[in-house]
Formats: sequence, structure tokens, C-alpha cells
Amino acid sequence: MSQHQLPQEFYPLMEELQAVDFVLVELTLYLDTHPNDTAAIQQFNEMAYYRHQLVPQIEQYYGPLQQFGNSYSGYPWNWNQSPWPWQL
Amino acid sequence: MWIYEKKLQYPVRVSTCNPMLARFLIEQYGGADGELSAALRYLNQRYSIPDEVIGLLTDIGTEEFAHLEMIATMVYKLTKDATPDQMKAAGLGDHYVNHDNALFYHNASGVPWTASYIQAKGDPIADLYEDIAAEEKARATYQWIIDMSDDPDLNDGLRFLREREVVHSQRFREAVEILKEERDKKKYF
Ligand SMILES: [Fe+2]
Repeated sequence: MSQHQLPQEFYPLMEELQAVDFVLVELTLYLDTHPNDTAAIQQFNEMAYYRHQLVPQIEQYYGPLQQFGNSYSGYPWNWNQSPWPWQL
Repeated sequence: MWIYEKKLQYPVRVSTCNPMLARFLIEQYGGADGELSAALRYLNQRYSIPDEVIGLLTDIGTEEFAHLEMIATMVYKLTKDATPDQMKAAGLGDHYVNHDNALFYHNASGVPWTASYIQAKGDPIADLYEDIAAEEKARATYQWIIDMSDDPDLNDGLRFLREREVVHSQRFREAVEILKEERDKKKYF
């Protein structure tokens, strides 16, 4: 299967999303055991907002990051477009 | 339900084709203290654990699947260009005759994954103590693999995974304290 050529701009954006999501995973697990930490919740919501800004920028190069309707599709259906994460 | 995201939790790079390292890494794919065991253990314990810690088991269990995908990516990248001869020289001849270069849920010695690696006791303290022990064993396994690996790119990803075990262990310890506090409240009021 031929792989879709990704532009250089894609790579720093994907790393940025991995970094943002790392903060979100860490805050999620922390809040699971510290549910009353207001400052952490504020940081969580700020990062969640930033994530929502970042995702469409990545999807314009890479196609949908999620499916079942969590991302819009291009035409033709571009969910199955390579490279998949382990092929990057 | 679960939603897949087309992205690794942390970037995975390897320096060279190295089926020997892949063979060691398979321990964390289908071994007793590996990521498959972790994910299935926590997600299965959720149904009988007190409500206070269901969220934590759900989130850590979900993160373990992201780790499973990172290990799979490492194994894939270390073996995708390996010839049958290289597989055999790395001790993966037994794997190759059964699976070619496909991944499979077995440990470094080729023993297939089994549900007897994990437990659900229905007793929240027993379950959480097992989870803490599982995280410590996974952390130690990552350390032993790092000690044997001479691939700096691979080791970067392995160090990330080792640190995640430390964080998970810490969160499970906090969950035990939360349950103890709840129990003591019921006793005295
Ligand atoms: Fe873990």
C-alpha cells in the first residue's frame, strides 16, 4: 500500500499534540485521586481547550485522528489512509 | 465504549533493525507483567471496585492500551526488515515458524499470554495491592530491558514507559488511602 506523503509541517504539530495530551493524561489520573484541586482542574480545562484548537490543524494534513464521528471525513473516506502511527 | 486515536502516546524511534531486542520487548507485550495484562486487569476490576476508584481504573486501563501500542510499534520497527536468518540468529526462529514477522501475545520465552497472570478478587484492597505490585514489576522489567539495550532511540521510549509505571503505582497507592478513609468514616459515624 502506498503511503500518503505528509508535509514537514505535520511533524511538529503531532509532537505538540503528544505533549499536550501527556499533560492531560497526567492531570486526569491526578484528578482521579485529588478531585478537589481547583488549580489542577483549571489547568486541565485550559489544556482541553488548547487541544481542541490543535486537533483540526493536524487533521488538515493527516486526516481524521478519531472516528465514529469524532472527526469529520474528507472525500473519499480518508480514515484508512496510511501512514498509521506505527508506520510514521 | 472506546474511541481509538490515530496517534502514539509518545514518539517511538529505533536506531536499527534488531530482532534480539524485539524478543526481549515481547515480555512487555504478552508477558505476565506486560501491558496487555495491565489493561485487562484494571478494566476488568472496575465492575466490583467501590465507585471512588472506578474512574482511576478506567483511565489507567485505557492508558495501558496506549502503552501496548507503543510496545507493538517498537517490536514492529525492530523486526520489519529482519530476514528469516536474522530472526533465527536472534532466537526468534520458533516465533518465525509460527508467526512469520507478525506480533503475538507471548512472553520473551514464547509462552502464550494467559488470564492466570491477572486476578480480580472482588476485595478492593486485595485488587489494588495487586495493581500496585503489577506496576512495580512492570517498572522493574522495563529497567532490565533498558539495561540490556544499546539502542538510545528505543531507550528513550522505554524510559517514558518506565516512568508511567511509577506514576500509576503512586495513583493506586492514593486509591488505597481513599478507600481506607471511606471505611474509617463508616466505622465511626
Ligand atoms: Fe501501568
